[in-house]
Amino acid sequence: MDFFRSIGITEIVFQFMLVNSILGLSIYLTLYTGMFSLANAGFMAIGAYTGVILTQNFDLPLGVALIGGMILGGIIAIPIGFPVLRLKDIYLAIATIGFGEVVRILILNFDTLAESITGQEVKLTRGALGITGIPKITETWQLIVFLVVVAYFMIRLHRSRFGRAMAAIRQDEQAAANMGINVVYVKNTVFIMSAVLAAAAGVLKAHLTRTISPGDFGFDQAVSILAFAVLGGTSTWIGPIIGGFVLTALPEILRDFKQYRGIVNGSILLLVIVYLPGGLVNPAGWSRLWKRLRQSPEAGENHART
Amino acid sequence: MNLTQQIVNAIWLGGVYSLFSLGYALVFSILGILNLAHSAIFMWGAFIGLTVVLRLNVSVWLSIPVAMLGAGIIGVILDAVAFAPLRRRNAPRISQLISSIGASILLVNIAQLIFGTQPQRFPLGSIPAESIEGLPFRITPIQIIILVISIVLMIALQFLIRRTRIGQAMRAVAFNQQVAGLLGINAGQIFQITFFLAGALAGAAGVLFGLAYNSMTPFMGDQVALKGLTVIVLGGLGNIQGAVVGGFVVAGLEVFSIAAGGSNYREAFVFTLLFLMLLFRPQGLVGEAQQNRA
Repeated sequence: MDFFRSIGITEIVFQFMLVNSILGLSIYLTLYTGMFSLANAGFMAIGAYTGVILTQNFDLPLGVALIGGMILGGIIAIPIGFPVLRLKDIYLAIATIGFGEVVRILILNFDTLAESITGQEVKLTRGALGITGIPKITETWQLIVFLVVVAYFMIRLHRSRFGRAMAAIRQDEQAAANMGINVVYVKNTVFIMSAVLAAAAGVLKAHLTRTISPGDFGFDQAVSILAFAVLGGTSTWIGPIIGGFVLTALPEILRDFKQYRGIVNGSILLLVIVYLPGGLVNPAGWSRLWKRLRQSPEAGENHART
Repeated sequence: MNLTQQIVNAIWLGGVYSLFSLGYALVFSILGILNLAHSAIFMWGAFIGLTVVLRLNVSVWLSIPVAMLGAGIIGVILDAVAFAPLRRRNAPRISQLISSIGASILLVNIAQLIFGTQPQRFPLGSIPAESIEGLPFRITPIQIIILVISIVLMIALQFLIRRTRIGQAMRAVAFNQQVAGLLGINAGQIFQITFFLAGALAGAAGVLFGLAYNSMTPFMGDQVALKGLTVIVLGGLGNIQGAVVGGFVVAGLEVFSIAAGGSNYREAFVFTLLFLMLLFRPQGLVGEAQQNRA
């Protein structure tokens, strides 16, 4: 423990590492099914605000808030998923970016909107300043338990009929449909699961950071979540967890170079996608990189082409 | 609400949006990828222009071609670092989208390190600010010049693509890279030219945007990045004339929603439009339906 503390990984950093792993897993579900959705920051915002309003305005315990946030995230995912999941790769990405922005703007203006409808003063999301003074009630053990449960769920999922269907859709959607897989059903269910997980991470994270504002859940957050999964790799469920751990811990370990933080993050994302396309947790990718580095530049070139 | 005034505002703002989005559309039409680092190049263009004005004491107008050149070169470097290695490997389009996000983070943070995070301005008096007298609406000379430069650049691009040999080669590569290669067109070079042009257009838009609002931060790209997406979706992804139309539509929507008192929701309107377009007309306002999109 002392070693970790000495390199900058305090308990709060460890807690963020755990939360970010959950976020990484939430986008992993959609990526594993071949859907490039960037809606997770939006669902995280829905979870965070629902959770905080439940614990602060209604004095409910964190567990209830967690379930409440997850349910609302899942419910909102249903009408979004049906039309949006008909789109593919870049089109899906753009549409989900649009969804995330609309969620952010609606939360930003929720109070004034509600006031104009009800005619009474509403103070729920508190506009651009966000909600402050949230007690820090998420415990480390709760996060570990939650992550272990999610990881167990992932293992079971991959071995199930449904998980195989997810992988099949990623490989070839048309072929999967021809094999009798209900593509629309699988895609929508995965989208809802992903939203539920992102909302849960939102509830947990909101009770760690003490304050939340709509700006925390913008496009930047969506990109960070994507980076956790891409860095770790999306071929197994371990990837996003490692990715979340590394990308959260690294800036703390390198805290002496704080002004270079963004440069390090950007470079990592770029280097991984260019040289290790399968992410960190991908033995095949490492051995390919090793071979390329050992071969002469020309041979490496040929290898890259094949 | 003065209707003429709103239309005038929408037109000059639309010019800047169109100019910015042309680069997005150009890259998408030739390479089929979405370059999310485009807004970072836009920001770099603005800062290159500003640096030239501050350090070399030249006029604001001379800074525009310099910024275009600088931003174009950044575009070519971006291609070499973030896109060319993935192209060689035949990586999926999504990987290229992710690498462009990485490049964008990198470019914004380098700018932050060099230029700081405080808003910066062109020196006082370098931009004519008084509005022109004797018109039924308010317009400053700078707004007229922005519109004129935008339109000139758009026409120049159209000419380059439709009427020159380079443009022909670009269209050939866009149509079928392999066949174009067999006919002796160096696709790699065409991609570099494309990125140079897209970067130059973004740089020009950046300087003009900086002149219009006279406030530049490394995060100024965020203001247009997602709006640019809406613009090219409205135009039909990769449709260059469509992007021009889309720019004016988005600017109009924004200006009129502010005028109607919904300034808090103006972005919600824009993104809702984006969302609905993708669902109901993914081929854009003017395009024809294609199979692989929906």
